[in-house]
Amino acid sequence: MSHYESPYREPLILGEKSYHDISVDIARPIETRANRNWWIAFTIALIAFLWGIGAITYTIATGIGTWGLNKNIGWAWDITNFVWWVGIGHAGTLISAVLLLFRQEWRMAINRSAEAMTIFAVFQAGLFPLIHMGRIWDGFWTLPIPNQFGSLWVNFNSPLLWDVFAISTYLSVSLVFWWTGLLPDFAMIRDRAVRPFQKKIYSLLSFGWTGRAKDWQRFEEVSLVLAGLATPLVLSVHTIVSMDFATSINPGWHSTIFPPYFVAGAIFSGFAMVQTLLGIMRKVTHLESYITRKHIENMNMVILLTGGIVAVAYATEFFVGWYTGSPYENFTYMSVGAATGPYWWAFWSLILFNIVIPQLLWFKKVRTSFIASFLISIAINIGMWFERFDIIALVLSKGHLPSTWSRFEPTFVDIGIFIGTLGFFFVLFLLYARTFPVIAQAEVKTILKKTGQYHKNLRDNSHD
Amino acid sequence: MIRKYYTVHALYKDDEVLMDAVKTVRAADQEIDEIYTPFPVHGLDKALGLKPTRIAIASFLFGVTGLLTAMWLTKYTMIEAWPQDFGGKPNGTYGQNVLAFVTILFELTVFFAAHLMVITFYMRSRLWPWKEAENPYPSSTDDTFVMELEVEEKLEDVKSLLEGTGATEINVIEKIDEDYE
Repeated sequence: MSHYESPYREPLILGEKSYHDISVDIARPIETRANRNWWIAFTIALIAFLWGIGAITYTIATGIGTWGLNKNIGWAWDITNFVWWVGIGHAGTLISAVLLLFRQEWRMAINRSAEAMTIFAVFQAGLFPLIHMGRIWDGFWTLPIPNQFGSLWVNFNSPLLWDVFAISTYLSVSLVFWWTGLLPDFAMIRDRAVRPFQKKIYSLLSFGWTGRAKDWQRFEEVSLVLAGLATPLVLSVHTIVSMDFATSINPGWHSTIFPPYFVAGAIFSGFAMVQTLLGIMRKVTHLESYITRKHIENMNMVILLTGGIVAVAYATEFFVGWYTGSPYENFTYMSVGAATGPYWWAFWSLILFNIVIPQLLWFKKVRTSFIASFLISIAINIGMWFERFDIIALVLSKGHLPSTWSRFEPTFVDIGIFIGTLGFFFVLFLLYARTFPVIAQAEVKTILKKTGQYHKNLRDNSHD
Repeated sequence: MIRKYYTVHALYKDDEVLMDAVKTVRAADQEIDEIYTPFPVHGLDKALGLKPTRIAIASFLFGVTGLLTAMWLTKYTMIEAWPQDFGGKPNGTYGQNVLAFVTILFELTVFFAAHLMVITFYMRSRLWPWKEAENPYPSSTDDTFVMELEVEEKLEDVKSLLEGTGATEINVIEKIDEDYE
């Protein structure tokens, strides 16, 4: 009876599954050939990626004058995309670390893909500051290494440098967390592999994992400690990203609520992206038994909570801006000036996509519907992009001196780089979905008897 | 001297049966050499009498190392080697500046604690690329739980003991150790 769970709890694994069935289901996308839809999606993503490479090459060869920046708006499109991608990269580690500490078992079906998404999103984010340097080959100057300029060091007072440390720590820790969890699953694929080449590859990737009792004991301890370390880490990353703005003295940026507000927004957008990807993946890879309505609903509840926090933050910013009575505050991204000014469409897109549409999730019918969740998640992805665009471009377009007011218009190079990162992201994710075990099968097996539909029914019927 | 012994593999298909088997075998004073499982079986380490792992303590120490490294780095670069002049204001002491470095101190603490712990885990559990897997049955990463015993005499007794524990398969491999002293 060690696997007892209340019959009132909904099962997390549907159907009559055995341990072996789980292995077969998870290995299937790897062992079968890709279908036509996958190739179509991959081709589109690859073309977008190549377009992005072209735009990046043009930028590096010519200079960032090819972007739509001007003397007042020194960063806009690039930093918007940077913050957007970093924000998306928050769900993975949150799901695998914070939900592990809270012993949330529904995490196990989605943590692998969410972490993959995190890592791929942070790759995209990291590209933008590097390109914006103009001289990308000097990117290593952000590292504190002794150099030929005498004793000139990086400036540890700068939030931009904090970002370098936060994001590289976040990326590398997420990567080892992900990979450590992958070892037993790669080993399962390795031991099933028939073709010698496949066996060799997965043998290499699995680091020779054998599943000894002592290894599992260490594995679980390492996972727990990594989760404990990653939890404050994930919160620190977007806190530090928000300090890029909050430590400046621009009205609209110089705000003490930025750190918690940005973190909530990051989780909001990250979960939306997980929802978008898993909505498609569960169908394409036939994993409906593992990624169930319950998983979708739980993620929607997290979205509703963090979306609520973000909405309260907007309201606070709007109220405080109005209450100060300062004319400068009337042109911040949350103000009457923004709602009626030249960027009114960006302002109202943010309100519509980020505040109004997510409220539909209060209805149980909506938040348990796959198609509605998918559509709402797309809306949130768009809304969160506009949030960053508003905070950055709107605030900078109206400075302290009216004669310097200007407007930001992206060039085709700006747009090309953004589309390129979308393509790169999907190229990585599509490759991942065909070559990696997309569900942490070793972990899912531990909860099969407890929360599998078949086992629950067996137990409940035996009591009658 | 030559020593002859047997490696016995008992295969199980269920984690609860395995747990009971471990308790039965240990109660019969038979030592268990190794257990290979496809997923972490909770309580197995205690049932086997494995000592708790100390890797969390190691991680704490690595974290402390990271914190001290970050303190040294920020102090050396920002206070000693290149004190900065912000509009003529004095640079001050490390204590006056340390608040600006809190994020760096935190990030490097986590960086050291996480990475060095994972490296320690990989080293101790002998995991690295190109390492050959040593699980005796490929299905032990899928749905089979393998108990490995080393038996020198009374092979039949051990076999009947294992049969009583619900093993689905029992395999015996004869081994000869020629350099036994």
